[in-house]
Amino acid sequence: MTNPTATAILGIPGWVLLWVLAAVSIAVFSRRVIRYVRTLRRARPENRVDRIGERIGMFVKNVLGQRRLFEEGAIGLPHLLIFWAFVFYATGFAWNLLKGLLPPLPIPYPDEVGPMALAQEVFGALALLSLLVAAIRRYVFTPQRLERSRDATLILSLITMLLVTFLAGQGLRARLEPHANAWSPLGGLLASLFTGLEPRHAERMWLAMWWLHMITVLGFLAYLPYSKHLHLLASPFGVLFGALKPGGIPAASSGALRLEEFTWRQMLNGLTCAECGRCDRACPAFNSGTPLSPKMVMHHVKELVRAGGNGDFTGVAVKAEEIWSCTACYSCMQRCPVFNEHISVIVEMRRWLVAQGAVDKRLQGSLMNLQRYGNSFGQSDRARAKWTQGLPFKVKDARKEPVEYLWFVGDYASYDPRLQPVTRATATVLQQAGVDFGILYDGERNAGNDVRRVGEEGLFEMLRDKNLQAFGKAQFQKVMTTDPHSLHALKNEYDGLSVLHYTELLDELLRAGKLKPERKLDMTVTYHDPCYLGRVNGIYDAPRRVLAGLGVKVVEMPRHHSKSYCCGAGGGRVWMEDAPGVTERASESRVREAAGLSDVTTLVAACPKDSVMFQDAVKTAGLEGKLAIKDLMELVEEATRPSS
Amino acid sequence: MAGNIWVLAETWRGQVTETALELMALGREVAGQLGVPLEAVLLGHNARPLASSLGAADTVLYADHAAFAEPTPEAGALVQLIKERRPHAVLVPWTNLSMDIGALAAAHLEVPFVNGCKDLKAEGGALVAQCVVYGGKLEAAVTATTTPALFGVLPGSRSADAGRVDKMPPVVDVAVIMPEPKVRFSRYLEPETGDVDITQQDVLVAVGRGIQTKDNIDLAEALAVTLGGAVCGSRPVIDQGWLSLSRQVGKSGMQVKPKLYLMLGISGAPEHIEGMKDAQLIVAVNTDAAAPIFNIAHYGIVGDALEIAPALTEAVKSKKG
Amino acid sequence: MSVLVLLKMVPDVVEELEVSADGKSLDTSFLRTILNERDDHALEQALLLKERHGGKITVIALDAPDMDDVLFTALAKGADRAVKVTDVPEGLTTHAAARLCAQVIATGPGLLPVDLVLTGVQALDDLDGLSAPLLAQQLDFAYLGVVTGVAVDASGQGATVIKEYAGGVRGEFAVRLPAVLGAQAAEKPPRYVPVAKVRAAMKAQAIETVPAPGSGAGAALVEVQQMAKPVVSSHAEMLEGSPEEVAGKFCELLAKRGLL
Repeated sequence: MTNPTATAILGIPGWVLLWVLAAVSIAVFSRRVIRYVRTLRRARPENRVDRIGERIGMFVKNVLGQRRLFEEGAIGLPHLLIFWAFVFYATGFAWNLLKGLLPPLPIPYPDEVGPMALAQEVFGALALLSLLVAAIRRYVFTPQRLERSRDATLILSLITMLLVTFLAGQGLRARLEPHANAWSPLGGLLASLFTGLEPRHAERMWLAMWWLHMITVLGFLAYLPYSKHLHLLASPFGVLFGALKPGGIPAASSGALRLEEFTWRQMLNGLTCAECGRCDRACPAFNSGTPLSPKMVMHHVKELVRAGGNGDFTGVAVKAEEIWSCTACYSCMQRCPVFNEHISVIVEMRRWLVAQGAVDKRLQGSLMNLQRYGNSFGQSDRARAKWTQGLPFKVKDARKEPVEYLWFVGDYASYDPRLQPVTRATATVLQQAGVDFGILYDGERNAGNDVRRVGEEGLFEMLRDKNLQAFGKAQFQKVMTTDPHSLHALKNEYDGLSVLHYTELLDELLRAGKLKPERKLDMTVTYHDPCYLGRVNGIYDAPRRVLAGLGVKVVEMPRHHSKSYCCGAGGGRVWMEDAPGVTERASESRVREAAGLSDVTTLVAACPKDSVMFQDAVKTAGLEGKLAIKDLMELVEEATRPSS
Repeated sequence: MAGNIWVLAETWRGQVTETALELMALGREVAGQLGVPLEAVLLGHNARPLASSLGAADTVLYADHAAFAEPTPEAGALVQLIKERRPHAVLVPWTNLSMDIGALAAAHLEVPFVNGCKDLKAEGGALVAQCVVYGGKLEAAVTATTTPALFGVLPGSRSADAGRVDKMPPVVDVAVIMPEPKVRFSRYLEPETGDVDITQQDVLVAVGRGIQTKDNIDLAEALAVTLGGAVCGSRPVIDQGWLSLSRQVGKSGMQVKPKLYLMLGISGAPEHIEGMKDAQLIVAVNTDAAAPIFNIAHYGIVGDALEIAPALTEAVKSKKG
Repeated sequence: MSVLVLLKMVPDVVEELEVSADGKSLDTSFLRTILNERDDHALEQALLLKERHGGKITVIALDAPDMDDVLFTALAKGADRAVKVTDVPEGLTTHAAARLCAQVIATGPGLLPVDLVLTGVQALDDLDGLSAPLLAQQLDFAYLGVVTGVAVDASGQGATVIKEYAGGVRGEFAVRLPAVLGAQAAEKPPRYVPVAKVRAAMKAQAIETVPAPGSGAGAALVEVQQMAKPVVSSHAEMLEGSPEEVAGKFCELLAKRGLL
């Protein structure tokens, strides 16, 4: 085959033309990319190169393996194939470019190398099929929050074009050089399309295909930094420099108003976002009708970076009512295939709003109560252990005598009158099982998980210091808590504490025979995975084992395990005034989901706030009498109560 | 020989106030206990005829001055009168209108001004006031160490009807020299007329902090509509902006006397009680069994207003058919 | 424009209040104190005036437990200077405390001249008078109480002040400066200041101290004979049961009274 750039086109040597086109394309591409990098460098530094081994592992699983793409139906395999096709075609393009720009170079073209041609053919065909599936998904069965934008259409068309030009080229080559068919099965098949062409016409067409292919890719390259396909370039970095553990928040700061006050990783989110809409599909705030759309937040970040990062962002591009609607459930971050950190950006903005004092009055009241009394209820800290009154035994004070388990009770379980009976039941069950436990009495303060996610870092530090002081006075081996929010903070954001959720302890006790069910509970229930227990801290099995151990039949809701749907109380939402625009509360959606399961009579919760939210939702959704809400501990207590 | 008992007969927009009449009843009692005359101090401008409702007093001391046409808190007149006539005690209504005057006068004269009295009686020739302290959580029996002494008396100590005697008592015109005023009244700012006049309603459903969010007020609204009444609120709810000022009940809000006053999530702070204590039937809902409101209400329900209100609405609806 | 804000701590009624053994005073052993809510509003009003008209705010208070936290919070919110009066005799009544403050203001370090003195119109531990009118009388300033709005005139010689009456009616007054105003409510609710800012104020700023003038509190004007929990003469008849049962009883109640 002739060298495609050795010939002249309109009197200009091919390779000269290629140099010109390549130079223009690369210049346009580089200019934009350099601008982006410069803008990101203006943002705050952040160390994301620690634990490089883990990072590489994440890269392999999520970039090379495209793992998260498989969590939604139909698109996982196609996207993986398109990705790998891209890898091969990008390699092929670079190779073609090198040889094409420097014809004297003593290397073959990629399609002259058997294995490379084969790989490109196979992946090309698979990619075309995948594109068809992807197109049907995007244009026929359009998932919610996925836009059929011109940009997307253009991208799909360009990709199709470059695959088709290559495969057509392979067909034409096979027509012209039939003996090379061993490594070119598709080429051989496609050759039959061109048998009617005379050799010199076929050769001309092959040249045309080559040039068309190169021009398409060069055009794509130049367009790439301007389109949502920038995620090709940026997202591998996003994953490599991503958050290693779920549930985190940005390093301490006083909030951000402008680009310079955000970190580069937060601003990178805008460039890695492929606008797939998975975050919005998962978001309870978005789905209940509030103004927040995590995807739009990412989009605004993208616009900020694209515009060069000038101007006020917080409260202006993203409005306060959007910022406050978030429940910090981490669904968005769990689903995002490019590991965007929506909550990191939202908390950073909340910190700025708090620093300005721009909080609604109800939240202000809650924060002042937390500051003053260590709980959001506004009740005296001295009343924290009032729930123990009425128990037939004395709950040990861990500050006065050593205990094995320090039970960190939490605000809601201590103060809310609807939950105090469950807290007493917990104490009773632990006592019965012979667990050596104690509480901190009025030394306990709110663990601060949601205070942090509201953006009041100073108050979080104050609460943490007070709690650590109380821990310092107590003698214990492990910490156990009934509240998943407290669990998360104590386990991950307080140093060096070994913390269990009560379901984990119950699981241990049941397996060791220290807790014996006296009766089987003949019930069919569904279990709600609390956000901070399941999705964020990965504790899914212990509660289910406990339920199984009680003889209870568990039916899963459609949204289960990591896809569990938030009750709407987190992120400090339960301390704020109602978000505007709510059409259906998240908690109502969830109880309807549970009630929709036939035979299920009870929704089992393992978080105090969940219990309260779902109890209210059952009433407002008109499901009274159809669905009961019970804390897991209530079932355990019922099953293990000694028969009198 | 003890001096007289005085009552500062405060007037508001051309009328002697209810609180002033309540103080007349109280003053009559106390004066009787001490065996001294009761005198009413009336400060006004061309307001002499108002003395006709102060018949419970033995004398009315009337000072006329243009400055008294407006509600400017000027204590100069009271100070002069007290200096000249040395009463034993002056009962001052503990209201937004008069507490300034009493406090300024007491400061000037360096005499005691006992705050927040809900009752007053003579014991062994001295006056003992029963005062509300710490927001009503405690009460104190307080005496003044010198005379004359001023007593700020809360509304509701006696009934206004008992204090109103429609007979013109002897009026003594007293001359007062008013200093150059440092404070000048400009005008009244009327509240925006709400859609509803809560003082005219037979049924009121009142919401307090216990309603928790603005949206929950819809539950109260539904109940009010079912009962044929309207929603009103305590100060915190109005301060939050959840209800307009025209719906505020209390010391700084409206005084209401409906046939039914149903309270959701109101703890019973004295300032609110002042606005509704005369309601015919008071039913209170509160999560705290020890809330002070249960000492004022006729009927009480311990529970969450957010649960109880819809239940009440349902029951009333089905009863009405 | 210079503003002085007087702050004081009062017992926090969220806690249980007990009477001490002598039966005449509050048991202070487990007492918690909190900033007087009306003083918080006075500070907020002062901050709003500073935002509008510029000038300086000085907060002044008598030494008390937890007073430092409150003063630093005021500085974090935007006050320029904090002055604490030390060596204060115990158990001062409102009247005596106000006299003491007036003396400190009159003689203290650069506190006068001042355009406005703002403080809460009342506090829940007032028994023998109100602080604000007393200050006004001692300093010979104009006075208006139950204030819910302040606007300083362009000339700086006077202010337009809103006073609250009953029934939602308010009065507008022209007040000659300097004046003492007894705040009922600021035009906006007291602002939030994050803990981090208060901590920063604690590190970066200092509270000035002034010893209390030794002239003594003077003779007490009132005497407490007895203090006790209120005698409850009546108690509501409680309706018991589930919400549905209670609702049923409620309907019966209304029906009996012809209200249904």
